[in-house]
Amino acid sequence: MTFGQLPYDVAHLLGGGMLLISFVLLYQRRVGAVINALALQGVLLACAAAWQGHVQSAPQLYLTALIALGAKAVLIPLALRTLLRRLDLHRTVETALGVGPSLVAGVALVALAILVVLPITAGNRAIAREDLALALSVVLLGMLMMITRRNAILQVVGLMTLENGLILAAVGVAGMPLVVELSTAALVMVLLVVGGVFVFQIRERFDTVDIGFLERHRGESG
Amino acid sequence: MLTALTLCLGLLVLLAAAAVALGRSPRAGAIVHGGCLVASLGFAAVALAALLGAPAEPLTLPFGPPWAAARIGLDGLSAWFLLLLGLTGGAASLFALGHPPGPARTLPPFPLFLAGMALTLAATDAFLLLFGFELMSLASWALVAADHEKAENRAAARLYLGFAVLAAACLIPAFGLLAGHAGALDFAAMRAAPPEGWQAAAVLALGLAGAGAKAGLVPLHVWLPLAHPAAPSHVSALMSGAMTKVALYVLARLLLDLCGAAQPSWWGVPLLVVGAVSAVLGALRANLEDDAKTLLACSTIENVGLIVLGLGLALAFRGADLGPLATLAAGAALLHALNHGVFKTGLFLVAGAVLHSAGSRRLDRLGGLIHAMPVTAGAALVGACAAASLPPLSGFAGEWLLLQSVLAGWRVSDIAFQVLAAAAAALAAMAAALAAAAMLRMFGLVFLGRPRTPRGAGAHEVSAIERAALLLPAGLTVLFGLFPGLLLSLAAPALTVLTGRPAELPPGLWLTAGEGASGYAPLAVFLLLAAVLVAVFFLVRRRSPAATQRGPVWNCGFIDPPSHLLPFGDPLTQPTAGGIAQPLRRMLGESLLAAHEAVDMPRPGETRAATHRAGFRDPAFALLLAPAAALRERLSIQAERLRDFTIRRCLSLSFATLVGLLALLAWIEAR
Repeated sequence: MTFGQLPYDVAHLLGGGMLLISFVLLYQRRVGAVINALALQGVLLACAAAWQGHVQSAPQLYLTALIALGAKAVLIPLALRTLLRRLDLHRTVETALGVGPSLVAGVALVALAILVVLPITAGNRAIAREDLALALSVVLLGMLMMITRRNAILQVVGLMTLENGLILAAVGVAGMPLVVELSTAALVMVLLVVGGVFVFQIRERFDTVDIGFLERHRGESG
Repeated sequence: MLTALTLCLGLLVLLAAAAVALGRSPRAGAIVHGGCLVASLGFAAVALAALLGAPAEPLTLPFGPPWAAARIGLDGLSAWFLLLLGLTGGAASLFALGHPPGPARTLPPFPLFLAGMALTLAATDAFLLLFGFELMSLASWALVAADHEKAENRAAARLYLGFAVLAAACLIPAFGLLAGHAGALDFAAMRAAPPEGWQAAAVLALGLAGAGAKAGLVPLHVWLPLAHPAAPSHVSALMSGAMTKVALYVLARLLLDLCGAAQPSWWGVPLLVVGAVSAVLGALRANLEDDAKTLLACSTIENVGLIVLGLGLALAFRGADLGPLATLAAGAALLHALNHGVFKTGLFLVAGAVLHSAGSRRLDRLGGLIHAMPVTAGAALVGACAAASLPPLSGFAGEWLLLQSVLAGWRVSDIAFQVLAAAAAALAAMAAALAAAAMLRMFGLVFLGRPRTPRGAGAHEVSAIERAALLLPAGLTVLFGLFPGLLLSLAAPALTVLTGRPAELPPGLWLTAGEGASGYAPLAVFLLLAAVLVAVFFLVRRRSPAATQRGPVWNCGFIDPPSHLLPFGDPLTQPTAGGIAQPLRRMLGESLLAAHEAVDMPRPGETRAATHRAGFRDPAFALLLAPAAALRERLSIQAERLRDFTIRRCLSLSFATLVGLLALLAWIEAR
C-alpha cells in the first residue's frame, strides 16, 4: 500500500490533519480557541479510527471511533469550557516559551519523529509506518505543549493531545485488541477528573490557576 | 553428572526456602547445615568426576531467562573451582552443624550463598554467570550484616555492599562488550570472536576491577579485613576460602579463556603488578593486625595476590608463545588457589572455635590454648605452617611452583618485562616471608604461652563434630602437600582451558619446573624430616640421664605476682600482639601503611600514667575511599537540587530525556 491508493491516502490525510491541529494548538493565544482545536482533533481521531475500522474490516474500531467522538470531541471540550466559564478564569494563554520558538521546536520534533520511525519500521506495512511517524509527532507535540504553557487547563489539553497521538498509533496497527483503547479512554477520563479536581483546588485556595503561583507554597523552597 | 549438580543446586534453593519456613525451630540449623553438607559433598564428587572423566555435554534446564533456556556445564576450569567449593563448603557446613546455633536470620542466606557460587561456576553463558555472582554477593551481604546490632558490623556490611555493586558495575559492561562483539551471550560464541583494540583493553580493565573488587585485590581490598570478622565464622571461612576464588575464577574465565589465546604479552603486566602489590601489602597488614580474623583476612589478600600474580605470568608467557612456562604459571595459580582455599578455611574455622571457646578474637586476650584445645591447636598448626609455606605442607608446593615460574620471567624477550618479573620475584619472596612471620605471631600468641585473661583460661575443647570439621581441612592440607604432582595432573583439563593448548605435565608424584632442572619431592622431604625428628627424639631420650621434669616457667626476671590476684602470671611478662608487630611496623609500616607511634610521657610530679600509642592506616582509605565519599557528597548535593524543581521543569527534564533518546536512536539508525 503506497501513495495513490485510497486507504493509504485517507489515513495519511486524517493523521496529517491531527498533526496540523497539534500545531494549531501551539500558536493559539486564547484558551477558548485551544479547546475548540482540541475538539476538532478529537473529531479527526474518530474519523481516523472509523476509517481504519473500514479498511481493516475490524468492527471494534468503530466503537473506538464512537468513544473518541463522544469523549474527546464533545464531552471533554464541553467540560473544559464549562470550567472556564464557571470559574471565570483568564482567557489568555500564558506561555513559558514564546509562540514562535514553540513552533520551531515543534517542526524539529516532527523531523525527529520521522527520522526515528521511518528507518526502524522499514519493511513493514506502509500504512503502519506513516501513521506511526505522525502519531509519534502528535505525542511529542503534546508533551511540548505541556512544558511550554503555564496554565493548568492548557497542560490538561497537552495531556489529551498526547493520548490522542497514542490512540492514533494504536488504531493504525492491525489486530490491536479493543481492550487497549477502552482502557486508554478510561484513563483519559480519570486524568481529566484529576485535572479538574486539581484546578478546583487551586482556584479555591489561591484564586488562580497559574501553576507558577503554586511553586511558592511547596514548603521546601522557602 | 550434571543432573546431580542440578539436583544439588535445587536442594540448596529448597533449603533456603525451608529455612524461612522453619524459622526459629530448634531443628532448623541442623536441617539446613546438614543439607548444605550433603550438597557440598555432592559438588566435590561431581567436580572430581568431571576432572577425572571426559567433560560432560552441557545440560539445558527447563527454565531460564525469557530469551533462552539456562544451560549449565562443567569444563576443566569450573570443575577445579567446584572441587574447591565442595571441600570448603563441606568443612564450613560441618562446623556450623556442630556449632551452637546462631540467630535464625543467618540460616536462609547460607544455602543461597553456596548455590550462587556453584551457579557462577556451572554457568555456560554470561547471564547465568552474572546472576550467580550477584546471588553470591547479596547472600553473603546478608550474612555479613547478620550481627547488625554492632555499629562496626553495619558499617562493614555497607562497605561490602558498595564494593559488590562496584564489582557488578564493572563485570556487566565487561561481559557486555564481549557479548556485543560476539553477538551472543554464551561462552562458545564469545570465544569464537575475541575482542580487539580498545574493546580488549576495556575488557581487561573492567574485568580486573570487577573481579578484583570481589577477590580483594589492592586497592579494592578495604572491605575484606572489615567484612570477614563481621560474618559468622563458618561464613567467613567460606568467604575467604571459596568466594574470593570464585571471583578469581571469573577473572581467569574472562581474561584467559573468553578473550582468546591470541592476546598480547603485555596483558599479564597489570595482573602481575596488582598481584605483587597485594601480596606484600596483605602480608604486611597481617603482621600488624591484632584481631585473629582480621589477620587471616589480610593473609587472604596476600594469597589472592600471589594467585593473580600466577595468572598474570600465564597470560604473559602465553602471549610470548612460551607454552610450557604458561602451563607452569597457570598450574601454580590453580594449585595455590585450591591449597589456599582449603587451609584458609581451616584457619578461619579454628578462629571460630577459639572465639566460641575462649570468648575473644583479639590476640591480646588469648594465649596458652594448646593445653585446653589440643585438637584445635593441631589443626591450627597445620594450617599456619601451610600458610607460612613450610614444606612438606600444601602451601609450599603452590608457592614453590609460582616462584619457579616468576624466576623464568627472563625468557620473555622484552627487557621491561624481565625487570618487572625480577621485581615481582623479590616481592613474592618477601610476601612469603612476611606471611610466615604473621602466622608464627598468630600461632604463638593464641596457642602458646599462658592465658592472658581469666575467660581465656576457662577455654575448653570444642565438640566432636567441630573437631571433625577442623581436622578435615587439616588432613587435606597434609595430603595435598604430600602429593602435589597428582593434584596437578588432576588439574590438567583446567590448564588446557587456561593456556589454550594441551597441558604436558611430567608424570610422577613430585613437581618439576622448566625442563626438569629443578624439582620438589615432598614425600622425600617429609621422610627426611621425619627421620631427623625421630633420630633427635631417640637421641635425646637415650642420651638424657634422667627422666623429664617440668619446672616453673621462667618469668623473664619479673617478680611473681600475688597468685590470688593474677593466677596466670602477670600479663605484662608475656609479649603482646603490638609488641611483636613493632619491628615490622617500624621497618615497613611507616613507609607503606603510614604507621605512627607516639609516647605521652607525664611531666615530673604528675600522677597520670604514661601512654604509648601506635597504629597504622591503610593508604587505600585515604586514596580511594575518601575521594569516593567526597564525590558521593557532591553528587547528592546536586541531586538534592532536583527536589526543588517546579512541575514544569520536572516535565521538561523527562521530555528532554525522551527527545535525547529518540535522537540517539535516529543517529544509530542513520549509521
